[in-house]
Amino acid sequence: MSTPDPMAEIRASFFVECEELLEALQDGLQELFDGSDDPEMVNVVFRAVHSIKGGAGAFGLEALVRFAHRYETVLEAVRSGSVAVDQDLLKLFFRAADQLSDIVKDCRNEVPVEPERGADLLTAFDATLGADVEAPGAAVEDIDFQPRTMSMEFDEDDAATAAYRIHFAPEAELFETGSEPLILIRALQELGSCEVTCKLDNLPPLDEIEPETPYLAWDIRLETAVEQMEIEAIFEFVEGLCTLTIDREVPASQEDPQVPPPPIYDEQSPAADVPSPPTPGTEASITSAQPAKPPSPKATGTKSVVRVDLDRIERLVNLVGELVINQAMLSQSLETVGLSPHSDAMHGLEEFQRLTRDIQDGVMMIRAQPVKSLFQRISRIVRETSAAVNKDVRLITEGETTEVDKTVIERLADPLTHMIRNAVDHGLETTEERIAAGKSPEGCVCLSATHKSGRVIIDVSDDGAGINRPRVLQIAIDKGLIPPDSVLTDSEIDNLLFLPGFSTAKKISDLSGRGVGMDVVKTAIQSLGGRITISSGNGAGTTFSISLPLTLAVLEGMVVHVAGETLVLPLNVVIETLTLSPDNLDEVRPGVLVVRVRGEFVPLFDLGHQLGYRERQDSYMDAVVLLIALEGGGRAAVIVDNIQDQRQVVIKGLDDSFYRAPGIAAATILGDGQIALILDPSDIIAQTDEAGTHEKTLIAAEA
Amino acid sequence: MDGHETAKNLELLTFRLGEQEYALDIMSVREIRGWSRTTPLPHAPKHVKGVVNLRGTVLPVMDLAVRFGQSPKEHCDRNVVIVVKHCDTVTGLLVDAVSDIITLDQESLQPPPDLASNGQTGVIRALTLLDERMIRILDLETVIANERSDAA
Repeated sequence: MSTPDPMAEIRASFFVECEELLEALQDGLQELFDGSDDPEMVNVVFRAVHSIKGGAGAFGLEALVRFAHRYETVLEAVRSGSVAVDQDLLKLFFRAADQLSDIVKDCRNEVPVEPERGADLLTAFDATLGADVEAPGAAVEDIDFQPRTMSMEFDEDDAATAAYRIHFAPEAELFETGSEPLILIRALQELGSCEVTCKLDNLPPLDEIEPETPYLAWDIRLETAVEQMEIEAIFEFVEGLCTLTIDREVPASQEDPQVPPPPIYDEQSPAADVPSPPTPGTEASITSAQPAKPPSPKATGTKSVVRVDLDRIERLVNLVGELVINQAMLSQSLETVGLSPHSDAMHGLEEFQRLTRDIQDGVMMIRAQPVKSLFQRISRIVRETSAAVNKDVRLITEGETTEVDKTVIERLADPLTHMIRNAVDHGLETTEERIAAGKSPEGCVCLSATHKSGRVIIDVSDDGAGINRPRVLQIAIDKGLIPPDSVLTDSEIDNLLFLPGFSTAKKISDLSGRGVGMDVVKTAIQSLGGRITISSGNGAGTTFSISLPLTLAVLEGMVVHVAGETLVLPLNVVIETLTLSPDNLDEVRPGVLVVRVRGEFVPLFDLGHQLGYRERQDSYMDAVVLLIALEGGGRAAVIVDNIQDQRQVVIKGLDDSFYRAPGIAAATILGDGQIALILDPSDIIAQTDEAGTHEKTLIAAEA
Repeated sequence: MDGHETAKNLELLTFRLGEQEYALDIMSVREIRGWSRTTPLPHAPKHVKGVVNLRGTVLPVMDLAVRFGQSPKEHCDRNVVIVVKHCDTVTGLLVDAVSDIITLDQESLQPPPDLASNGQTGVIRALTLLDERMIRILDLETVIANERSDAA
């Protein structure tokens, strides 16, 4: 698009809005499905469909208007109480929501929508409404629709004045940051009529007054027509620097339960909101865990959102990356000059470092998104898959508000879809088998996201039969993936699922079992810097656990020197460091070394030799060794010349269009402007195995 | 180069590799940088010199002399990296020295003789004479694209 077309921009923003509305629609339906009897929920669902219809009408997207209108009609009937909501109707609504989002997608891509789309749903709608309600003809007439006034948009008294009681007690920091209570109070006065009372209770006698301690507090009674959030906005900049309560004065006659008085305006970081996952199976875990769930959608309105073009954020992220590198260069050159660490310049630099890191964290936060959109897509996959294999499946999601880097979310969609299909298709038994096993006929798939020690953990679990280990072992042997006389532990057998070419499905179904299996999932996760593990109990289901870094842009790394080159190892793979000595170094046969770590033999590799930087050396005595965790649980030890530092590095992608270096994940730029390669140790070791010997293959099987 | 094929005059950047002289369409040249130490990539083919930092991005550098079959040699400060852009890929070409910018008209170009396949003929688009010296005009597409298929 060379010339910016104003209409195209508006159109684009309509589709962005549609995404949000569809999300709200899904949410509302899920709430209803989970048994919420809040009448407001029906309104939310209705409004979402209605708004989509409205926008679609403005852009002349007739197919969309037509479908949304019919959908709306049914919802209207539900809203007015003439049709009762039951689970079957909700399932129909879910399918209709899926259809609606498909039509929206087609409209956005300017694909013509065939008029028959969703015809079966429309028929089902008609059946729901019964013969006496709107005939199809009426629907067409109404397509040229007028926006209606909807009474539920606002409470009647919102437009009238309401009274708020505000208690405001500044803390010392408020004054340190240069804020002035008087200005805040004046700003309040502009909103409506104010009664300001200054509280002198804490004021000590004159001779005890500390000049820098604030003693005053104010009680303000404000009568205003504006919403509470506007009042809160005034105090936005002193948030956390004062004690602030804003209570809406309730007229004695009616208590409004929908607006609980938030005691202190204190927005918690979303990460802190994530609850520890409740024990699966308990009733409490059934609803999607949304901590501090707003009691009504009205409350959600207080969260203001700015839409920003992703390119701009990308640019900001890149610039911050530059800043970090630049700052590292600066501090390195100051050190070289030989400035005393106590000099002003060095102090300033320290402050600069802290700020840089804060900015970096802040920028990364912008890219972070709740996994909710991903989970919603998954819930659709579950519906479609379960319908295709004829199983009754319930999806439970937890921790939808957990935030992850946007890129991670995007690249997680495919593997997660695959895993969910697997869980529904293979993980869960058929309904008959479930009944025979004494389980509830409805299968359960649980998808949860949590933050754990700087990483995001996403669990996919089912309450199916669990992994049939003897069968898995047999298949692996039949397919020649492992030697027939292999004796493997349970977890080793479970990990066979990740071998390429492994598929357990007895029959190839439409959904899964084509042999493009978990190995693809594993590769995808690994390319995101993540790990996947599996656990299963016989008869008690299977859990896949994905652990991912929060961002793809920075990495905690260990900077090492090898053969004159500087290399970075991801810190999360380094278990420990040791020094080689005659006591712990053993040679299995020439060229194959192992190091003994607390009685266990760990294969030892010379990193310089592995990377082709130098020949194998004669003696490795006193060399520094890093013990590395390999993907899948194995361990290896690598020899490096020395360890330089442990620091955060900015990940720079390598353009591998003309050469893809084995064992190299990415690159970073060091303080001196030189490029250092970021290693992927598992890949390096795997490279050896390909050309390697039997012993090494066994090591790989263990890994 | 396409757009300039039809134009009467062709602007070329000439450079030296050993005793040989080469030229590139100036339109594909983004910048010329002094030689700085490259970070070698493990197990890379000999002519893949490594990567350098180009203002915050990672630039792969190719040793053009080695690519054309000359023996690798030590590099000195006079060596330069010509940063070229072709089909959205930015690549650095390490050469011995940049000589000049010349303007030629299309008529003075001669097609290269279809001789032995020493891995070099395909990459030369045309030959021309300049002060009795032969200048080889490179086909950047082949230099870089072949590289890509080799790797794949």
